[in-house]
Amino acid sequence: MSVRTLEVDGKMITALEGQTIFSAAWDSGIHIPRLCHLGGLSDVGACRLCLVEIEGQKRLQPSCMTKVAEDMVVRTNTPALRAHRRLIVELLLAERNHVCSVCVLNGACELQDLAAQLGVDHVRLRPQYPKLEVDLSHDRFGLDHNRCILCTRCVRVCDEVEGAHTWDVAGRGKNSRVITDLGEPWGESASCTSCGKCVQVCPTGALFSKGKTVADMRKDRGFLRYIVTAREKKLWIA
Amino acid sequence: MNRCIMIEPVTRIEGHAKITIEVDETGAVSSARFHVTEFRGFEKICEGRPFQEMPGLMARVCGICPVSHVLASSKAGDMLLGVEIPRAAEKQRRLVNYAQVLQSHALSFFHLSAPDLLLGFDSPAPKRNIFGLLAEDQDFARRGIRLRQFGQRIIETAGGKRIHPGWSGPGGVSRQFTTAQRDEILSWIPEVLESINAALGRLKSLLDSFPEELEHIGNFPSLFLATVNDEGGLEYYDGTIRIVDSAGNCIAEHLDPTRYSTFLGEASEDYSYMKFPFYRPFGYPQGHYRVGPLARLNVARFAGTSLADRELREFKQRGEGAVCRSFHYHLARLIEMLHCAERIEELMADRDLFDDTIQAKASLNRREGIGSCEAPRGTLFHHYWVDKNGLMTKADLLIATAQNNHAMNASVEQTARRFLKPLEESNDFEEGMLNRVEAAIRCYDPCLSCSTHALGRMPLVIEIVKGGAVVGRLTRSRA
Ligand code: SF4
Ligand code: SF4
Ligand code: FES
Repeated sequence: MSVRTLEVDGKMITALEGQTIFSAAWDSGIHIPRLCHLGGLSDVGACRLCLVEIEGQKRLQPSCMTKVAEDMVVRTNTPALRAHRRLIVELLLAERNHVCSVCVLNGACELQDLAAQLGVDHVRLRPQYPKLEVDLSHDRFGLDHNRCILCTRCVRVCDEVEGAHTWDVAGRGKNSRVITDLGEPWGESASCTSCGKCVQVCPTGALFSKGKTVADMRKDRGFLRYIVTAREKKLWIA
Repeated sequence: MNRCIMIEPVTRIEGHAKITIEVDETGAVSSARFHVTEFRGFEKICEGRPFQEMPGLMARVCGICPVSHVLASSKAGDMLLGVEIPRAAEKQRRLVNYAQVLQSHALSFFHLSAPDLLLGFDSPAPKRNIFGLLAEDQDFARRGIRLRQFGQRIIETAGGKRIHPGWSGPGGVSRQFTTAQRDEILSWIPEVLESINAALGRLKSLLDSFPEELEHIGNFPSLFLATVNDEGGLEYYDGTIRIVDSAGNCIAEHLDPTRYSTFLGEASEDYSYMKFPFYRPFGYPQGHYRVGPLARLNVARFAGTSLADRELREFKQRGEGAVCRSFHYHLARLIEMLHCAERIEELMADRDLFDDTIQAKASLNRREGIGSCEAPRGTLFHHYWVDKNGLMTKADLLIATAQNNHAMNASVEQTARRFLKPLEESNDFEEGMLNRVEAAIRCYDPCLSCSTHALGRMPLVIEIVKGGAVVGRLTRSRA
């Protein structure tokens, strides 16, 4: 595989052909913010937090979906980008209910961390606070739509890694919801294997282990790297 | 034409209170009302949420005595799971509850009430606060501040940062208690006991200088309700309910707190948002009762720790039957602090406390759960209903301040009758009366933000209303 050289934030970096700007930048220690991307899963470009400026292109591009090219000049952290990102996070916070002080994931949440990192000390938009359902029908896990940001990590990990494809997204616009099977309660899903992968990859308090109280939930994503590496190296094929 | 005087603590935060005193033609008090808004909308916040979240949610919803709510809520959760929690979890919860009572009483006594008691009700207002006290008697004020720190430190070390909402929940607690934590707590004990004893001695020697206040600030017969252990001794975490009357007779005992709604009713009065709980068999208003430190000491047969028992025996001499003077809430608080400190020391020697089995695991086994405990201000009940998956469908809370509602009204009225002088007679009636009305409310240490945020004196507004129009207004802002 051939190598590409490009400039990111004034720094010359090398990347493999076919690599995304996002992963090449991370490999070189430039950490572009993200929510829907998770190493080991396919990318969908849903959250738009990883948008970057590419010289010669008018439109901002999602770095998790854009491949590197020779002599590309990329900026990942301009005032305009920071303002965009801040607004995106504010939109996410305003769209559903994110009162962190009473959330199971308070203190260990990717959305919360990002908000802090981007200096979101208040939300300029009027919060919508829709009263959405909490699904506790599953024996071990719970789903709180109020905290879901529709990143679809759960959908992808279940489909691509576990192979069950229990999750999907139904509805449009503000009525979009993640669903299990054809919209049955999670506890009645015939395809769910109760592996818990979705719970661990979910960046927010939307998916949690039952019994956890406020600020009590912690996520462990170690399994994903392990499974993906093993699969790449074909460790399971005798 | 009747005149109406309103005293309104100015506060921007949730619980706020207002006092209306109605005077007739001659300036004599015809009635006095203490209005409170409390926990409105809480039930709505709970609805549709997992019951496991309730302790954490409660810790955030009420910032004044979060520990008590966490415990009552955890116990309601234990009942929903249908489990008996591990001993270590129970002991940890007990420990933190003692610490909570101790620190809350230290705040009430040293920060809020001692300036009145030690510097005098009529000392200049700007001095009647913890800073004035510091200037007057540095050692005493320091000791008070340290006592509060001691309680907070236990809560912090056992429960995690201030009170980590995840520390206690349905089924038990989430972290093991260590011997290093024990050693730190034990190192405080000698100083703590000394400070409480010093305060007790000081208060007792001062009581004689308040004959008027003792007699006229909340001195009336009522029932007293509190939790006791199997033998009828002082209990804060788990036990049965005992009720005594003002003559000290036992009216009821061994009442199961989870069946509280069968023996406690709630009446409404149109002038208050807060309900007026009463003992059902006696009806309303005859069945009104007091809870909290005074009630606990009246209800308990004994304390169960040596120093507190000695004080308790002496305390009980102060009444014929039960001690009915609400002014003695202060003394009761100090005796309780002594008891809590002794119990904390005892717990440090309890091997169960350090066990690493701390959480009973179970799924939902009931649809209705009730938890109760003794909060610093009195008996607290949490009552939850859940659907088959454990989502809250309804929550009822019966809090201590509400149970003292009737008593607070009665005290304010009695105080106003005594200390409000006819308007024509003097121009400076306001300050003297204000101080006493404030003192009457302070006896109960109600969990209103104004009573804990204001150092030394409550921010108040008096409005004198004549024929519906405000004719006079006296404002006291925060010190
Ligand atoms: S999911 Fe994250 S951002 Fe949302 S309330 Fe919970 S901690 Fe806060
Ligand atoms: S449930 Fe979690 S992982 Fe799934 S879409 Fe919502 S936020 Fe993303
Ligand atoms: S991480 Fe690229 S769009 Fe979400």
